[in-house]
Amino acid sequence: MAVTHDDVRHVAELARLAVSDERLDHLVAELNGILVHMDVLSQVDTNDAERAIATPAESTPLRSDASGPLKLEQPIASFAPEMRDGFFIVPRLASHEDSADRAP
Amino acid sequence: MNTADYAALSAVSLAARVGEGDLAPLDAVEASFARAAEAGAGADAMNLILWSDRDLAKRDAAGLARGMGIAGSGGRLAGVPIAVKDNIATLGLPTTCASKILAGYVSPYESTAITRLREEGAIVVAKTNMDEFAMGSSTENSAYGPARNPHDVRRVTGGSSGGSAGAVAAGITPLALGSETGGSVRQPAAFCGIVGVKPTYGRVSRYGLVAFASSLDQIGPMARNVDDAALATEIIAGMDPKDSTSSSVRVGSYRDQFLSLATSPAPLDGVTIGVPEEYFPENLDTDIRRLCERAIDAFKSLGAKVVDVSLPHTPLAIPVYYIVAPAEASSNLARFDGVRYGFRASGASTLRDLYAMTRSEGFGPEVTRRILLGTYVLSAGYYDAYYKKAQAVRALITRDFHQVFGQKVDALFTPTTPSPAFPIGAVTDPYEMYLSDIFTVTANLAGVPAISLPIGRSTGLPVGGQIMAGHFQEATMFRVAYALEAALGAEAHQ
Repeated sequence: MAVTHDDVRHVAELARLAVSDERLDHLVAELNGILVHMDVLSQVDTNDAERAIATPAESTPLRSDASGPLKLEQPIASFAPEMRDGFFIVPRLASHEDSADRAP
Repeated sequence: MNTADYAALSAVSLAARVGEGDLAPLDAVEASFARAAEAGAGADAMNLILWSDRDLAKRDAAGLARGMGIAGSGGRLAGVPIAVKDNIATLGLPTTCASKILAGYVSPYESTAITRLREEGAIVVAKTNMDEFAMGSSTENSAYGPARNPHDVRRVTGGSSGGSAGAVAAGITPLALGSETGGSVRQPAAFCGIVGVKPTYGRVSRYGLVAFASSLDQIGPMARNVDDAALATEIIAGMDPKDSTSSSVRVGSYRDQFLSLATSPAPLDGVTIGVPEEYFPENLDTDIRRLCERAIDAFKSLGAKVVDVSLPHTPLAIPVYYIVAPAEASSNLARFDGVRYGFRASGASTLRDLYAMTRSEGFGPEVTRRILLGTYVLSAGYYDAYYKKAQAVRALITRDFHQVFGQKVDALFTPTTPSPAFPIGAVTDPYEMYLSDIFTVTANLAGVPAISLPIGRSTGLPVGGQIMAGHFQEATMFRVAYALEAALGAEAHQ
């Protein structure tokens, strides 16, 4: 399964990464160079893998999901890029015009 | 205290001297900073340390001394300076994962492992260089430049916990914390000639460890001897309600077990050590093979029974790892978006642009590559072929370990790495770099504990030997490692 330029553009969009055209060629080559080594897995019989033993069950027992908010030693505003009145400030969402531009 | 005396002290010895009033915590901290300057730990030389604050460390030392004046005891690590990988949250010092995207970020909370070390009197003196977000095997992927190996500054420290390994090897601190996802403590420990521990998955709380691949990540100690590494593991191990994968299995006293056997002529009597054939390929470095054979002879002379075993799915571990780990990373690193903390790109006019611009400017090439790879193997149409298949093969790798440890084998012995430290810049192909984890990554996939310790030198460079044990069998792992370390003595560094 070779990765194409469109595949990389698609996953970059999913991952919220901007990839320049000049970087795209390198990434396609690099990902194909890595994924070719993964093809060996398709040859492995994994029909009984679900019966294979995972980490012993007693090691991580289920527990009640009861923990409250964790105490922070610094206020959030000390590390947030931009904050006002207890809210994170971000640029506007895409406008209606932007959305229309992106529509197929 | 002069720096040479300080650099030779173990954590156990240093804490004992502090506890006896023979050494002030402040003097230990000053010696650590002096040693860092003397050794060239900063960005202009070995580039091992990213962040430190002498005044903060001195205040912590003074606070410890005051507490000892009242309580009388400073703890099992009283006054011991420690270095901490830059992906482990610490109060007062930045936690950046050696990434531009977290430039300047100071955590508002502290990791459980650091809290526990502080409760025993340890003093954080440095945050150490690493591969960005722990993605790498050489500490060349740092946004702040590569770390350099104290044994040969033209070579890598290994990674991703390279700064911690180098700091311990250079005598800057007797103890450090690193983190493992596929060998990131053991591999740099081997390259730098020190001891590195990967505890059982769930043994040490991941609270405050910046997530890379959550089903694989573990914090692990790095030290100059097995005793110090065992002590640090005892302290940081144990149940933590803040980590939902933290185990409730009781933590034993690892040190008591092996120290009680220290004078025995056969401290490994009754122990069976397996040697898996897949870790000794025909093309293994000849010096590494020779040093492993010397260690195996030592096991026999210590009373252990040594048997050949097989872990047949080992060759599949790297392909499995490089699907599972990037997949988890692509999800974990989605939180770095320029909104709540860390770096934010300027000039974005919409929220979508803010995300993309921040992430593209903030992440380095290897992190970008792994996020794309992870997103790809999780995407519609490819999930079954890659991610689901990799998880199934991972179960088979885990079963290999269960079967071997179910056959009365107590521990496994292998080389830690296929080669000694390589020159900086020598490995440029991503997959070739991934292969340097080939002997370590299985323990992470299976969740078993493993330790690397020095077993000798090849062309002047340190070589590590690895001991793995069954889930939560750290006591056995340390017993075998301590006995081997004692048997090899000075030869372990020759």
